[in-house]
Amino acid sequence: MKHKITVALAGNPNAGKTTIFNNLTGSHQHVGNYPGVTVEKKVGKAVYKDTEFTIIDLPGTYSLTAFSAEEMVARAVLIEENIDVVVNVVDASNLERNLNLTAQLKELGLPLIVALNMVDIASSQGISFNYGLLSQLLAVQVIPVTGTKNKGTTELLDAIIDVANNGCSLTAKPVRYEEYIEKQINFLERILPEALYKDFSRSVFLRRWFAIKLLEYDQDILSKLKEQPTYDSVIEQVNICRYLLLQKYKQDPEMLIVEGRYAFIRGACREALSYTPKEQATVTDRIDAIVLNRLLGLPIFLVIMWLLFQMTFTLGNPPMSLIESGFARFADLLNTLMPAGLLKSLIIDGIIGGVGGVIVFLPNILFLFLGISLLEASGYMARAAFVTDRLMHRIGLHGKSFIPMILGFGCSIPAIMATRTLENKRDRFVTMLIVPLMSCGARLPVYTLLTAAFFEKQTAGNILFSVYLVGVLLALIMAKVLRTWILPGESEPFVMELPVYRLPTVKNILMQMWIRAWLYLKKAGTVILAASVITWILFTFPLSGHDLQSYPNTSTQLEQSYAGQLGHLIEPVIRPLGFDWKTGIALVAGFAGKEIVVSTLGTLYSIEDTGSGEINAQESGFAERVREQSGYTPLVAYVLMLFVLIYVPCLATVAIIRHETNNWKWPLFLIGYTLALAWLVSFVVYRAGLLYGLGS
Amino acid sequence: MPSHTLKDMLPGQKAVVVRITGVGAIRRRLLEMGIITGTTVEMVRYAPLGDPLELKVNGALLSVRKEEAALIEILEQKTGEMSSET
Repeated sequence: MKHKITVALAGNPNAGKTTIFNNLTGSHQHVGNYPGVTVEKKVGKAVYKDTEFTIIDLPGTYSLTAFSAEEMVARAVLIEENIDVVVNVVDASNLERNLNLTAQLKELGLPLIVALNMVDIASSQGISFNYGLLSQLLAVQVIPVTGTKNKGTTELLDAIIDVANNGCSLTAKPVRYEEYIEKQINFLERILPEALYKDFSRSVFLRRWFAIKLLEYDQDILSKLKEQPTYDSVIEQVNICRYLLLQKYKQDPEMLIVEGRYAFIRGACREALSYTPKEQATVTDRIDAIVLNRLLGLPIFLVIMWLLFQMTFTLGNPPMSLIESGFARFADLLNTLMPAGLLKSLIIDGIIGGVGGVIVFLPNILFLFLGISLLEASGYMARAAFVTDRLMHRIGLHGKSFIPMILGFGCSIPAIMATRTLENKRDRFVTMLIVPLMSCGARLPVYTLLTAAFFEKQTAGNILFSVYLVGVLLALIMAKVLRTWILPGESEPFVMELPVYRLPTVKNILMQMWIRAWLYLKKAGTVILAASVITWILFTFPLSGHDLQSYPNTSTQLEQSYAGQLGHLIEPVIRPLGFDWKTGIALVAGFAGKEIVVSTLGTLYSIEDTGSGEINAQESGFAERVREQSGYTPLVAYVLMLFVLIYVPCLATVAIIRHETNNWKWPLFLIGYTLALAWLVSFVVYRAGLLYGLGS
Repeated sequence: MPSHTLKDMLPGQKAVVVRITGVGAIRRRLLEMGIITGTTVEMVRYAPLGDPLELKVNGALLSVRKEEAALIEILEQKTGEMSSET
C-alpha cells in the first residue's frame, strides 16, 4: 500500500480543472510561481483512506507541445517530477478536442485516469456515453464526475489509489500511427542517445515519446538533443525520417502526428458516443445571439465594464474608508499614549502608514476578483476579448488587455492584478506597463487642488478631461512603442475558445477571492512596508533636532530632510518645466502615493494641519494659499498635473509589478520610462505654452 | 477554382477544411483546437467590430482573427450559398 501519492491534474482550459482541484483538496492549497516563469503553481493536499495525496494542478493546456510557457511547465512537471498518477480532466461536452490532450498524455506513458467532467452539459446537448466502451477504446480508466456538484470525487480518489498501487495495464497501449510512421518512430527510438531520457525514469514509453517529439521537430527536445555528443548524426537521421514522411504523405510530420491522434480519437468517439442533435438552439447559442450581437455587443460589454468598475470601486470604498479611519484612530491613540520622538514617528508615520497603505486596497481587490471570477467562470471573459479584440489588436495587444486598462482609471493595483487573464507574457507585460498611464483615483486630489487654484470653474472640467485624455493617448502610443521595440515578437494567435456559459459555483468564487487577497497581502505587502519605512527615513533624517514635537510636518524639517535635499538636487532638472525645488519635494513625496503630493504641498505652504493629516483639497483657503505662495502660472499648474499623471506610479504599483513579473527589471523599467516620458511631455507642453504666450 | 479560405465565409455557412497554410504557433494552435484536414467548420458570426469571427468546430465555439482564418483553406458545402468573392 502506498501512503503517499503524487497526482498531477491535467486538462484543457475551461474543462473544470480548478473545480475538481478544489473538490479534491478543499482549502489545503498553496499557490506560488514556477521558478523563472509567471505561470502559477498550485499544489494541494488531501487525506483519504489513510493515504496522503499531493495534488499538483498543472496549468490548463490544449496540448503538450512547446509553444507556450504553460505547456512547457506542464510537460516539465510530468516528465521531471515523480508523478504517480496523472488525472486528466476532460470536458465531456467537447470530447474530441479534449481527448487530443489525453492522447498526448497516453503517449507520455504515465499511469493515467480520465475524469470525465460536465457529463450533464453534454447530455443537455444530446450526447450520451458508453463509459465501459470508451474506457476500453481509449485504454484508460474513465471516471464520470460532476465538478460543480462535487459528484464522483470519492470514486476518483479510489481510482487514484488503485492505479497508484496496482499500476494500470490499460495505459501500456500508446496511440498507434500508420505503419510507415510507426516505422520511422521505431527507428528513431533505437538511435536515440540514452543520456537524453535516462534521467526521467517513470514513464514506460519515454523513448517513444522523445522519438515522436523529434519527428515533430519539437524545439525544446531539439535543444536537449543539441547537448548530446551524437547530436549531428542523430539529427541527420531525424531529418531523413522527416523527409521520407513528407515524400510519402505530402504532409509535414507535425500534421501527420496530429491527424494520427485525431484518427484514434474520432474512432473511439464514433463507437462510444451517441449523439442525437437537439433541434432548438442551446442556451449558449441563445445568450450569444444577444451578447455578441453586432449592434448590442458593444453596449452590453460597456455596461458590464461599468458594473465591474462600480463594484470594485463604489462597493469597495465604504470598507476602504472604514479601514482608513480605523488606522487613523489607532495612530491617534498611539499619538496620545507614546512619548514624542523618533520611535513614535517611525511607528505612526512609517509602519502604520505603510501597513495601512497595503490593507486599504484589500476591499478593492476582493471586489475586483469577485467580479473577474464571475466573468471568467460564467464564460463572459472570452466574449469580452472577442468584442474588443479589433481595437486592441491595432495597438499590438490582445482583446483581454481592455479590462485592466478600464480598471486602471480606478486604481492601478487591481488593474495590474487583472492582467493575469492574459496568457501571452509579452501582451501581459505591455499591458502592465501602460496601465499606470490611465489616470487613477489617487491622482484626482492633485488635479482638484490645482484646477481649483488656477482655473476658472467653467474651464476646470475641460482641463480635467484633457488630462485624462492625454493619459489614454499616451497609453495607446506606449503600447505600440513597447510592443514594437521593447517586447517585440509574434503576437499570440487569437484562436481562442468561447466556453459554454455556466453558472459559477460559490465555492470556486470564494476560493479565488481568498487566494488573490492573501497573495496580495503577503507579497505586495512586504515590499510596500519596506518602501514606506524607507520613505519615512528620507523625510525624517537628518534630524533638525529641536522641533520633534510638531515633527515631521513642518516645512523647515521637510526642507532639511534627505527628501528636501533631493528636491533641491533635482531642481536643475525640473527647472525647464517651470518647477522649483518645493515642487521637487512634493514630486519626491509623490513616489509613495500621488495623493501625498497634495499633503506635502500643504505642509510646504504652511497649511494648518488639523492633526489627522487630512487636508481638504477643495477647501478654498488651501487652494488660494497655493495660488498665492507657489508662484505657479496656470500653465505651470497644468504641466504639473501632466507630470503627476505620467511620472512613476505609486510605490504600491511598483511593488505589485515586481510581484507579478517576478523580476525587478520591469518595475525599474517602468520607473525609468515614466520619468522620461513625464519630463518630455511636460517640457513640450510648457515650452509650447510659453511660445503661445500662456506663461503669465 | 480559386482557393477559398475561412475568411471568405459568411455567417451560417459550413465548409470542410482542406489545408492549413500557416506555420509555427498559429498552425499548432489551429491543429490542437481540432481544425485539421476534413474537419467541418461553421461560420457563426463576426464580432461587433467586424473582426475576429466566431466558428463552430466539433460543437465547440472558437474565435479566430481574419488574418488567421485566411490561413485555412476550405471547400464550401453545398448547403450554404457561395460567398460573392471579389
